[in-house]
Amino acid sequence: MAAHGAAAAVHDEQHHSSTGVDNTKMAMWAFLGSECLFFGSLISTYLLYRNRVLDGPRPHEIYDIPYTSVSSFVLLMSSLTMVLALAAIQRRDMRGCRIWLLATAMLGMIFIGGQIYEFTTFVEEGLKLSTSTFGSSFFVMTGFHGAHVTVGIFMLLALFGMSMFGRLDDADGPRKVELIGLYWHFVDIVWIVIFTVVYLVPTN
Amino acid sequence: MTHANPLEPEEPGHHPGPSTYVKVAVILAIVTAIEVALSYIPGASPALIVTGLLVMALAKFVLVALYFMHLRFDNPLFRRLFVTGVILALIVFAVYLTTLFARGGAAPLVTGS
Amino acid sequence: MASAAVPRRGMFARPTAKTGVWGWVTTVDHKKIGIMYGVTAFVFFILGGLEALAIRTQLAAPNQETLSADVYNQFFTMHGLTMIFLVVMPMGTALMNYFIPLMIGARDVAFPRLNALSYWVFLFGGLFLYSSFFLGGAPDGGWFGYAPLSTELPGPGMTFYAVGLQILGVASIAGAVNFIVTIINMRAPGMTFMRLPVFIWMTLVTSFLLLFALPVIAVALFQLMFDRVYEANFFNPAAGGDPLLWQHLFWLFGHPEVYIMILPAMGIVSDILPTFARKPIFGYAAIVFAGIAIGFMGWGVWAHHMFTSGLGPVANSAFALSTMFIAVPTGIKIFNWLGTLWGGDIRFTTPLLFAVGFVAMFVIGGLSGVTHSIVPHDAQQHDTYYVVAHFHYVLFGGAIFGIFAGLYYWWPKVFGRLLSEGLGKLHFWLMIIGFNLAFGPMHIYGLQGMPRRIYTYPDGMGWNFWNLVSTIGAFAIALSVLVFLGNVIVSRRRGEIAGADPWDGRTLEWSIPSPPPEYNFAEIPIVKRRDDWWYTKYTETPEGVPTPVHTGGVDVDDEDEDPGRHIHLPDPSYFPIVAAAGLPVTGYGVIYENPVLIAAGLVVTLLGLFGWVLEPSAEEGH
Repeated sequence: MAAHGAAAAVHDEQHHSSTGVDNTKMAMWAFLGSECLFFGSLISTYLLYRNRVLDGPRPHEIYDIPYTSVSSFVLLMSSLTMVLALAAIQRRDMRGCRIWLLATAMLGMIFIGGQIYEFTTFVEEGLKLSTSTFGSSFFVMTGFHGAHVTVGIFMLLALFGMSMFGRLDDADGPRKVELIGLYWHFVDIVWIVIFTVVYLVPTN
Repeated sequence: MTHANPLEPEEPGHHPGPSTYVKVAVILAIVTAIEVALSYIPGASPALIVTGLLVMALAKFVLVALYFMHLRFDNPLFRRLFVTGVILALIVFAVYLTTLFARGGAAPLVTGS
Repeated sequence: MASAAVPRRGMFARPTAKTGVWGWVTTVDHKKIGIMYGVTAFVFFILGGLEALAIRTQLAAPNQETLSADVYNQFFTMHGLTMIFLVVMPMGTALMNYFIPLMIGARDVAFPRLNALSYWVFLFGGLFLYSSFFLGGAPDGGWFGYAPLSTELPGPGMTFYAVGLQILGVASIAGAVNFIVTIINMRAPGMTFMRLPVFIWMTLVTSFLLLFALPVIAVALFQLMFDRVYEANFFNPAAGGDPLLWQHLFWLFGHPEVYIMILPAMGIVSDILPTFARKPIFGYAAIVFAGIAIGFMGWGVWAHHMFTSGLGPVANSAFALSTMFIAVPTGIKIFNWLGTLWGGDIRFTTPLLFAVGFVAMFVIGGLSGVTHSIVPHDAQQHDTYYVVAHFHYVLFGGAIFGIFAGLYYWWPKVFGRLLSEGLGKLHFWLMIIGFNLAFGPMHIYGLQGMPRRIYTYPDGMGWNFWNLVSTIGAFAIALSVLVFLGNVIVSRRRGEIAGADPWDGRTLEWSIPSPPPEYNFAEIPIVKRRDDWWYTKYTETPEGVPTPVHTGGVDVDDEDEDPGRHIHLPDPSYFPIVAAAGLPVTGYGVIYENPVLIAAGLVVTLLGLFGWVLEPSAEEGH
């Protein structure tokens, strides 16, 4: 049921490809490569400052490892639902794709809810952006990660909406889901690093 | 010059299905559980804990990249783009952190009470 | 070319104008975008130049009060920010934008609307930065913004710095992604990597440098912003904040940044010298690999900007060695440029003069740079005018001369008329003499101890005479720029009509009309070798002398009156400018600590992006 217009659009996007690879996919991987430097800068700043606490709580006085483990698990599972959404649309199971997309978005929202709760608890317990270098670097690092997750949730809901209006039904649909999926998995990978390096690695 | 067809995988070879993805997810969950457990072991040397944690985090990173992000089955160009970013980040940040932690003769960093 | 029914998506119909103001505002054509980048960057060049003239007027003699210390700080900061972020980088982008598709045999870049977004974000970012002059004071903490000075300077200036550069960074990183995908994925059939013009290779390396370096300064700028506006402690000494954190993050970006500025110019020169020597570039592979090597090694030298910051002898020695080594690939390029000219049939046109000027001036700047790599020397030279001499030789004598070479070389292709050779040569000689008068003496009074960034100096230091010479040189440069402007105006209507190939060029852009049609190539060329265009025109005698092929070249005056009528191009769009417009609104929200403005800007950008994603790149029906 791919309309002529849709085929022309696909033809446009993939008209010329010296490597056989899609332009937007290459662009997303290039962008994710640069994001490694972005999060690397944030995480390395945190590593510099986590033990410089002249005021306020120290990291392991305030971290709730069991709590964060649960939210980490939630985000990890959202990567599974994301890739299941892609598998579904690749076999033209549009309903399945919608379900898994929604599941991914909801798991993401649970993660963000968990982050918000964690942040407000920390503030109540005396750790704010302005408390110490640890506070500043912790909140900015995890805050930017959370902002990335939030952007991802918006994109997932947008995909869900597009699917409801039949705009993922053409031959180009899987590419769009794959693209958002790459971004989502990357955001999960960053959390894998943050969870280990920030929460689990012991501090002095 | 070839055209990429989004309906067909770039390599007609092995293409994981949902069952593979679920298996990977189970492994990820188990490794996470081990990581958390490891961080609680009393009396274990910090060096051992940190090494173990980093190894496991790396394993999870690689699994998500290779399977969920499909890097294992895709055009090597993507792997190269991404790995370049990862390695560059690791090197430059390790170097600058080293210069900041290894300052000889400077006033010691405050380590709190 | 519009279809009978223009699609209506969202509130407004898809724009179709290809002319007039609306045509420029909604364009996604890389050529128009390139022209807009060039014109905007040139206006900023004038502004940055006026700032320089003010600085030089203030420093022409000791103890002057033409500019107060406070105003002086704003002028030297904005001069640096302008020349780096609003002139050299966007001028390079202008030429890259216009010529990448033409040189690789493509019809446009990979993401035309993203390309437009980059331009509008650049324009709005530049205007945002300059609005600071009228809104409480321009940035005054130096272009390098060292913390904790930059975190604690009163007034909005350094917040404009943090936010303005952030906005500009978005434009550059979008452009980098665009060019990387274009060059890797949109080459004409037969255009293998080793057949690409050197300019394209240098653009590819530059784009990777941008891709990986910009995120680091983005983090530093966010940290600076959080410290200034939201009381964070990243650089607060009382909380243990570390000034070296800023320096590391800044220079991790800042050093690749200087290669970002010079590599495109090196690429331009590598394509100009062969054209006017009628010889292929000497050692193509070596030049390409040297460029790639500079890209990689550029990541290993950043702390040479921090030799006097107390890193210690081990770190200093390591970075001194890496800095010395990076001179090697640069040297390879220089020898190859000389080798290209050697034995060539040289035509001394204005582009060639600027290209040769580039090589000479860049060598001088490179030599002073090598002296910085020796740590004890640097301890003497750091923060003196010797450094100012060094970077102006490589960035003005280098990048700007290279850019002017490119402008004179490619002007006929873009506008269909040649610039006057007479005025061009006058421009060149005035500029190179003025430039050396302005910056040569800085080596001297720098070594005599005159520090950087001082708004005045006392009498009796022995600096008076050469400072005056520098000021005279600066005004000579300004005069030469007026000559260039005069050339542009005069040549608009009286310039010689160029035709497709006025220089007897070697690369693909000379095979299409001047100016090129919207679709660039009526038929995508099939490339058989490097410098393919040259070899369709010439074959070589056994002695290596080019002789014309009797059926050579392509008949550009095609009998087909509309060869492009079958060609399907992306349609104009207003979403890029809409998405771009939200960014400065959010920026002002941060400056004025107004959450409503912050949110409003984000909403505008979001709506722009949303509309963009739902709109196909080209409409059906035409």
